[in-house]
Amino acid sequence: MTFTKLMATAALTLGLATGAFAQDKTKVGFVFVGPVGDGGWTYEHNQGRLAVEEEFGDKVETVYVESVAEGPDSERVMTQMALDGADLIFTTSFGYMDPTINVAAKFPNVKFEHATGYKRADNVSTYSARFYEGRAIQGHIAGSMTKSNIIGYIGSFPIPEVIRGINSAYIHAKKVNPDVQFKIIWAYTWFDPAKEADAAKVLIEQGADVILQHTDSTAPQAAAQKAGNVITFGQASDMAQYAPMPRVSSIIDNWAPYYIARTKAVMDGTWTSTDTWDGIGPGMVGIGEISDAVPAEVKAEALEMKDKIASGEYHPFTGPLKKQDGSDWLAEGETADDGTLAGMNFYVEGIEGDIPQ
Amino acid sequence: MDLSVINPILLLAALMSAATPILLAATGELVVERAGVLNLGVEGMMIVGAIAGFIVAVNTGSPALGFIGAAAGGAVLSLLFVFLTQVALANQVASGLGLTLFGLGLSALMGQSYVGVKPPRMADLDLGPLSDIPVLGRILFSHDAMVYIGLLIVLGVWAGLKFTRAGLVLRAVGENHDAAHALGYKVKRIRTLAILFGGACAGMGGAYISLIRVPQWTEGMTAGVGWIALALVVFASWKPWRVLLGAYLFGGITQLQLNLQGAGVAIPVEYLAMSPYIVTIIVLVILSADKSRAPGSLGRIFHASH
Amino acid sequence: MALATPVLAVLATMVFGGLLFAVLGKDPLQSILTIFWQPLFGEFAFYYRPQLLVKGAPLVLIAMGLALGFRAGIWNIGAEGQYIIGAICGAAAALAFYPLEAWWIFPLMVICGGLGGFLWAMIPGLLKVKFGTNEILVSLMLVYVAEQLLSSMSLGLLKNPEGYGFPGSRNLQQYASAHNAEIIAGSGMHWGVLAALIAVIFAYVLLTRHRLGFAIRVTGEAPRAAKFGGVNPARLVLFCLGASGMLAGLAGMFEVAGPAGQITIDFNVGYGFTAIIVAFLGRLHPIGILLAGALMALTYIGGDIAQSQLGLPAAAIQVFQGMLLFFLLALDVLTNYRLRFGAAEVA
Repeated sequence: MTFTKLMATAALTLGLATGAFAQDKTKVGFVFVGPVGDGGWTYEHNQGRLAVEEEFGDKVETVYVESVAEGPDSERVMTQMALDGADLIFTTSFGYMDPTINVAAKFPNVKFEHATGYKRADNVSTYSARFYEGRAIQGHIAGSMTKSNIIGYIGSFPIPEVIRGINSAYIHAKKVNPDVQFKIIWAYTWFDPAKEADAAKVLIEQGADVILQHTDSTAPQAAAQKAGNVITFGQASDMAQYAPMPRVSSIIDNWAPYYIARTKAVMDGTWTSTDTWDGIGPGMVGIGEISDAVPAEVKAEALEMKDKIASGEYHPFTGPLKKQDGSDWLAEGETADDGTLAGMNFYVEGIEGDIPQ
Repeated sequence: MDLSVINPILLLAALMSAATPILLAATGELVVERAGVLNLGVEGMMIVGAIAGFIVAVNTGSPALGFIGAAAGGAVLSLLFVFLTQVALANQVASGLGLTLFGLGLSALMGQSYVGVKPPRMADLDLGPLSDIPVLGRILFSHDAMVYIGLLIVLGVWAGLKFTRAGLVLRAVGENHDAAHALGYKVKRIRTLAILFGGACAGMGGAYISLIRVPQWTEGMTAGVGWIALALVVFASWKPWRVLLGAYLFGGITQLQLNLQGAGVAIPVEYLAMSPYIVTIIVLVILSADKSRAPGSLGRIFHASH
Repeated sequence: MALATPVLAVLATMVFGGLLFAVLGKDPLQSILTIFWQPLFGEFAFYYRPQLLVKGAPLVLIAMGLALGFRAGIWNIGAEGQYIIGAICGAAAALAFYPLEAWWIFPLMVICGGLGGFLWAMIPGLLKVKFGTNEILVSLMLVYVAEQLLSSMSLGLLKNPEGYGFPGSRNLQQYASAHNAEIIAGSGMHWGVLAALIAVIFAYVLLTRHRLGFAIRVTGEAPRAAKFGGVNPARLVLFCLGASGMLAGLAGMFEVAGPAGQITIDFNVGYGFTAIIVAFLGRLHPIGILLAGALMALTYIGGDIAQSQLGLPAAAIQVFQGMLLFFLLALDVLTNYRLRFGAAEVA
């Protein structure tokens, strides 16, 4: 407790001492879980950081630390940024949740933004993207285009975020193609391109002609290209270098609009603690260009679905939907609430296999 | 669950390609250890080879030149290890770990502007009628050139160690460097060459990941393969053919695990993922129970610099 | 000489590291100052100094145990696995009783954590003694087994039931009886730091005063002489592996109960491997390891500051740390000749 006070006092005196010239430049810190060169998750967050710099120019200073381990290292890096006078700190990994809350308690005047978590405080907001909206469009294209009716899915770990994506893709693939079957392989790693390549090859060998991935490397794209006649979707970044085939579209993490808006809010003094879960509409989830390999009418349907999701007219989880065990989940016309979606730990009806425990 | 979707022919074919990076790296390390040196820096040399090969391949448009560049990159990094252990007589375990740390950092710096670049593709080798043989053709004769080069290197190392004078000298140096020295062999020169060879092989193994298996460049993309290669050498009790066997065993369990998942078999993935390591330990115990095969010169490797 | 080379090595690293930073377009002098000066004497040293303890303690604790074995030529390179198992056992012991508050929970965690690491290290130990298997390989293999167990635990058995399905256990920082809190608030001094200091003193006494320490040194320097001297090699193997495993397990347990707080898929951050480097930087000597652990912690903390303040990439810091080790090893040639001379006499 005394330490907390010490920190708070230190921050306060610093704030007072440096306040005069700290005010003209807003300092924004970013804590990254991987290297900015990972070409996926961290890369896209760093693109968001660069967008903030571009937007505000001299009025903003951004700092970042990459490859920060979750746990005490992240807590130290956040504290260091706060001590160095950061006004706003984005912490971009689920595992930074408790450290963010801890540090935020010591620096009540610094604003924190934690990605993908569920704990908030007066100076801690959370934000995440509704990637499942993009998965719905993928599922639609995948279900329409598959000839073998087997769709391969590479998951990282069996966590709600990934399960939500599988369900969303499955529901929409099934809608256009009742015979569709999902083969799911859990890679049990966030990052191992060679393993992703192997998983993709196995799925293709077992008859899949569509590969959906919830891992960030281009390895599955390359495997699909080699196999020919297999389609894939870019993940995290556009992966346009594999367009028009095998990559027929993509889900792009686009953090720039949010980062710019929140930085602006701090500058204007209008920042408040919020829980943001944005999708296609506000632009946090981008759908990469649908290539010509997709039949025109499928493309048109996909774009229509995109517009409907963006406008809020359509929710990817709309009843009637049953859970895998056959029990009712959503009644006709009912849409899923965010709480259930956030903690989703069940497959919808029709998906074979169990979620590993 | 539908086990019939697993095609054993394709599984074996995939295995040959998937095992190539560890096979290359482990064969190189085997030569190094047979010369009496333990280089724990395989992971570092692999990742530097991965980026060096990637850079060369992208800039020249030739994957073949890329692999030559990767071999050079791995060998250059291993020179550092040569200097530390052969000139400065530093501890090999620490030097090797340092090499890995250094290599991971260096490769990331080298690769900064290569993230997201697509490398030129290496075509599969056209072996004509051979690849049309049923079953065997698909398993054995449908790969890229590096798969066969890897096998040739294993063959060469086996023959070289067993039948040539150079191999005899190398083994002599590894078994007893004092005696070898007394016989007039240049212990340091031989070890230096062995380490460079090991570096070159590891570099090519790394490039196989960045140029063929994945293919792309991302930081830390070897993801621990170097450590597995290192284990493989001991698993193989320093015999080239057993390295081959071990590489297929390791790769095979991963392939099988993924195949079973795809077939919808409810397997506890973590437990299957740990099984190659447990199997290795068990095999090791079985091998060591046979006293004649027990790795006898092991202690000497570590004291080789004394 | 023994003192001069590490200082020389640090200076050489600063020069060449500075060159590297200059090549990357950063002010070399400022970079070096940021890494080495800021955490110790900078404006916010009041925060970073305690953090040095937090970062350095597990490194020292693990390295101290490893050094005992390394000195005797027993190579446990699987401390990372023992660290993980120690953390899992310690956390599981506490979570089994959640939310019961009792004084004996933390001591129980210490016992379980240490025992977990000990038993995990006994696998390579017993296999080596019984079958003559290579402990490097077995201990390394067990790291990967432990990592898989860790992810299984975070996703399954130990998953926080109130965590909305996300992986990871309950946070032990919020469980008073299990929390390895700072003994003096703001000092960074938690029980793990204390344990590291005790381990250093214990190892020092063991190596210089005790018969077992003598056996360790003789076995490492002249294995044959040790055998004639009545050293039981099997018992020594078990002792060295067991002790290093226990210390690594304790380090993991203190970490999960304190600074880290919870079991997660990515709980382990490589302390077990970095500790090997620390052991060698510290020349396998207790005091040396203490200093080396502090130095290594300094480069981590200073490195993160340099990243944030100067925009140095994390990879540059990694290269910098690699250089530090290389220079120390290379300059060791000066003292090495003396050691070899001494060793030759013993043999």
